[in-house]
This record gives sequence, structure tokens and C-alpha cells, in this order.
Amino acid sequence: MSPLLEVEGLTTCFPGTRGPLPIVDGTHLSMERGEVLALVGESGCGKSMTALSLMRLVPKPGRIEAGRVLLDGRDLLELRVTEMRAVRGSRMAMIFQEPMTSLNPVVRVGEQVVEAIRLHEPVSRAQARERCLELFAEVGIPDPQARLDVYPHQLSGGLKQRVMIAMALSTRPDLLIADEPTTALDVTIQAQIVRLLQELQRSRGMSILLITHDLGIVNELSDRVAVMYAGRIVETGSRVDIFRHATHPYTRGLLRSNPVLAAPGERLPEIAGVVPSPEDWSPGCRFASRCRHCFEPCEAEVPGATPVGEGHGVACHAVAQGRLEGDAE
Amino acid sequence: MSASADPLLRVEGLRTWFPIKQGLFQRTTGHVQAVTDVAFEVAAGSTLALVGESGCGKTTAGRSILRLTPAQAGRVLFDGVDLMALDEAALRPYRREIQIIFQDPMASLNPRMRVRDSVAEGMRSFDIGADEAERTRRVEELFKRVQLDPAHIWRYPHEFSGGQRQRICIARALAVEPRLIVCDEAVSALDVSIQAQILNLLGDLQKELGIAYLFITHDLGVVRYLADRVAVMYLGRIVESGSTERIFADPQHPYTRALLAAAPSVDPDRRGGAPPVLGDVPSPSDPPPGCPFHPRCPEVLERCRTEAPPEVALAEGRVRCFLAESAGTAAGGD
Repeated sequence: MSPLLEVEGLTTCFPGTRGPLPIVDGTHLSMERGEVLALVGESGCGKSMTALSLMRLVPKPGRIEAGRVLLDGRDLLELRVTEMRAVRGSRMAMIFQEPMTSLNPVVRVGEQVVEAIRLHEPVSRAQARERCLELFAEVGIPDPQARLDVYPHQLSGGLKQRVMIAMALSTRPDLLIADEPTTALDVTIQAQIVRLLQELQRSRGMSILLITHDLGIVNELSDRVAVMYAGRIVETGSRVDIFRHATHPYTRGLLRSNPVLAAPGERLPEIAGVVPSPEDWSPGCRFASRCRHCFEPCEAEVPGATPVGEGHGVACHAVAQGRLEGDAE
Repeated sequence: MSASADPLLRVEGLRTWFPIKQGLFQRTTGHVQAVTDVAFEVAAGSTLALVGESGCGKTTAGRSILRLTPAQAGRVLFDGVDLMALDEAALRPYRREIQIIFQDPMASLNPRMRVRDSVAEGMRSFDIGADEAERTRRVEELFKRVQLDPAHIWRYPHEFSGGQRQRICIARALAVEPRLIVCDEAVSALDVSIQAQILNLLGDLQKELGIAYLFITHDLGVVRYLADRVAVMYLGRIVESGSTERIFADPQHPYTRALLAAAPSVDPDRRGGAPPVLGDVPSPSDPPPGCPFHPRCPEVLERCRTEAPPEVALAEGRVRCFLAESAGTAAGGD
């Protein structure tokens, strides 16, 4: 069976002072049905813009310049605007970090979900309300009947995110894109939402593209991981590949610099320097300026993906030329 | 570890409530009970982490110690002197001894002031350095100390990255040679790779200069890594305190246990831990009677709903919970 989602050479540009800047640059991704893929990276790496590109919701003046986004073999970038709107409503849905910005503050939350359902399906208000009630119960909103008629500000952050998830699920999507769904939440509430997403993914057999910077959330939720740095995917592999056998110097640095994995009192292994701004990206590997393994081709040529294991690929010249092996330093 | 010598900072019975005013005559109809009966100690050159979720009062507690937010009751003893009892003039030297760094460095640096002037401002107000030229030299030294390029001292805040701006705020705090720095979510907004750089810098400064930190954060990974001692706050109260090692290895309060269990695991062989604690944090303007955690507590007893649990001394640290009280008695007390 072909994958649910295949992204090939997706490139999204924003205008810069010296011509367009590829904020998402030649991204390849593949997702099976029922799979949770985590797209990980630090702020500004292009992970959210990748998600918005898949939904064709790139804010102006950004533009998708190249690539294909195949959902069940159909290229979404070729669809007419009305066709794409139908796909967004039914096959794909998205939830965001800050639910308050996605909910209308002056409309009762039940009404907002009813509206979303009726936009995509010819059902009566009463039927839609009934469905909304079921959804609220499914996403674990306590006392769902009473919660239908409250305004967003009357709900806590965790409950607002549950309402957003209910709305996203209302059209039974095959693919849920979750952009930092727990980042704005407290630890105990975050754990509740992570658990909910796990349960929903299993019960509905839905695929989730999880966008996050949090390696803990990646480990808790994902099957496979794609690590992004400065607009490009630098490493892809299974969850265990990434946490046990990280190979790209950036992925290794990201894991090592996490205080959770460090011994108290010991210095954290730092990644030197800062993420370069898009205007300063080198023509070769964009991590080259911070990389301890940088050698001649790195500054000049874009590294291609080198397979280092089953389903585990790394875009690094040092790895390609055997200078950096498996778990060696 | 014991209380043989006086700690650098000792907070006792701190209470900071904000009045809720309503109606035409702005009558006080209730209080947001941000901080209630909070007590803790910070030893010189050590780090105490004040941990909790949003709205637990950890930031208000930090601000009350600096008297940036007025407290209604309690004592804040710095070097044995109660800061709450001092007038503005007498407090001034202590404003130099205790500095604060915030989460968002962009909001705490004046965007229209060159960073050299922001860093030198405190020096000028405390008469550090003979003249402006000497202060400039000192700013350059501080820039080197926090690993920034001293050639950049005449730039504006927007010309730096987020991590660099936090280094500038650290340099500004160091400029007046404090003995205690309150770090209010100082690394929370930073990406992991930048966070590691700032945590290393704070660690180096503590080793070299003997600065103590009151580290206010929600991030347990950071706490485990850098704190010597931990105080866990819930709804304005400290529910458990102790050494970092003990809190992480043997948490006694059900809330501490829930908080630790909720932190996502980064061990690929271990995920999906205990089921998360249910419900939301209640509002501090209307805290539940009895133990503030009882509506969410998986081990709730009948008396927890009505009686406030006493503070129980453990072999290491303290906890406010009836369960610990009975366990403590069974074990022959503290």
C-alpha cells in the first residue's frame, strides 16, 4: 500500500533582501497510515512552515515554490482552492500551540464545533450538536453537556486545547497535524493531552504529524522522527534510531545539550554559536559553521541523504565519507 | 546542609494576597491568594529551585522577596536583616545585593538604550567605577565574562539574538556584584542548545563568584540538573521541600509525585508512565478548603477536604501532607 502522505522536494520561500529565502528547502517526508511522525527542531528551523505548507496555509508574502504533497497519491499543490478547502475540512486537520488564537472569543464553544461540522456535512443543527456532544466526551471534557454553552475564556488552557482537538476530529481526518499542541500547557496538563492524543490515534487509526521542539514529547508520542535544522531535514529515523543511534552532529548535539539527560553538576555539552539567520545560510550544509566535524565539502555543497540503517537517513558529508560512524565521537 | 550557619536568605511566613475589587465603589470582595505562608532558605553560593505550574505563586514569591510586589506578612531575612522592616533608603544597599533576571530579556532591556548603558546603569546608581570611561571598561570585561564580543557594547538590544540578550541581562545583574540572583524562568524561552550555554554560564559564575540563585521555574529537567535544593509550590503554598536528590528519588507529596510522573520521558525504552493526574489547577482566588491539592489528589483522605495538612519534618526536608504525618508517626517521628 502506498504511504498516506508523501512530500517531495517541498520548498517554501519568503522574500529576503537578496532574493527569495527557502525557509522550507527541498523537504522530503513520508508517512504511513496510522503512524505518528515527529518533526523536531528549534525555533525558526521551518517546522511550522512545513506544516502550514502541507495545509496550503502559508501566510503571505510566503509562497510554495516547488515540490509535491501527495495525499493518497493526489498532489495537493495541484488542487483548486475549493478542492483544497474540502481536503482541509475532511482528510486533514490542524491544531495549534495557542488554542485561544484559534477559537472565536465571542461565540460559545459548542456553536463553533457545530459550525465546523455543518460546513463540511449536510446535517441538521440538532444532529451536529449531538455529534459535538459525543466529540466532547471522546476528548475527555468533563460534563460535556454544560460545556457546550460556555465561552472560550471560561475554559482552562487544557480544556480549550481539548475543544480544539474535538473540532479537528469533527470531520474524521486521516491526518492530524499538531503544531506544538502542548507547549503552552503546564506539565500535568501536558501529560493529559499527550495521553489523549495517544488514545485517539489508536482508537481512530489516525496519522499524526507532530511538530515540536520537545524531545520528551517526541519520545512519548512518535513512531518516527525527522530532525530539521535551518529549513532542511538533517536526519530521519525511527524513534529508537534517533534516541539511541543519533548520527547527525546536530541531532547528537541537541540530545546531549538537554539537561534532562545530563548528570547534575557536569557541564552540558554545548552546540557552539547560534542558529544562522536565513540571510546568512551557507551554500553547503547549514550546520557547518557550528559543526566540530566540518571539512572541505561542507561549506560548499549541500549534503544528500545517506542511509545509515533501515529507514534511517542522515544528510551529512562527514557521515557519507565515513568520517563519522555510528556512535563514535 | 544543616542550619548551623545563618543562610544568606531566609523567608518566613511570607503572604502576598491581591485584593479583588468589584462594583461601583471598588469594594474588596475577595483575594487572589498568590502566596500563603511560604518559608524557605537559600544558603550562600547555592541554588534553590522554586518549582510549580503557572499560577502557583512562584513568581510572586520571588518578586515579594525583592519588594517589587508588596507582601502583607512575613519576614525576608537577608544576612539576618529583615528586608520587610526597612524603609526605601535602608533597603537600597540590598537592592544591589539581590538582582533578578526575567524570562523575556527583550522586555527587560530598554530597546532605545545602547546595551552598554543598560549594563552600566546599575553601576552608576551605586557609584561603582570612578567615571564613565572606567564603567565602559567594566562593561567590556563583563561582556567577555558572559562570552559576548566586547566590541558590541554600543549596539541596541534588537541587534542580538535571544540567547545573547539573556547574556546581556546576566552581565547587567553581575555589574553590581550581587550575592543572590533571582532567576525567574530565565532559561524557559530559550531553545535547548542555547539553554545549555546559559546554564553552563550560570554554573561557572556560581563556582567562580559564589553567587546564590533562587531559580524560579516549571522545568523539572533544569531543576534536577542545577538545583541543590527544591521547594515545590502548589496554589500559593510550598507543599514539599528538600535536597534535589531526595525530591527526585523519593518524593513524598502526591503533587510532587504527580509532577515528576507528568514530565515526559526521553528514555526510548520507557514511555507512557503512570496515568496523569486529573483535572485542572483551581483558581487561587477561590482555593479549595483543606489541602489545596485534595480535588486532584489520587490518595485523598476524608480529612484532606476540610483540614489544612500540617507541615511534617522528614528525615530530609519537609512536606505538608496528612499521609506523611501518619507515616512519620509510624516511623517514630522525625
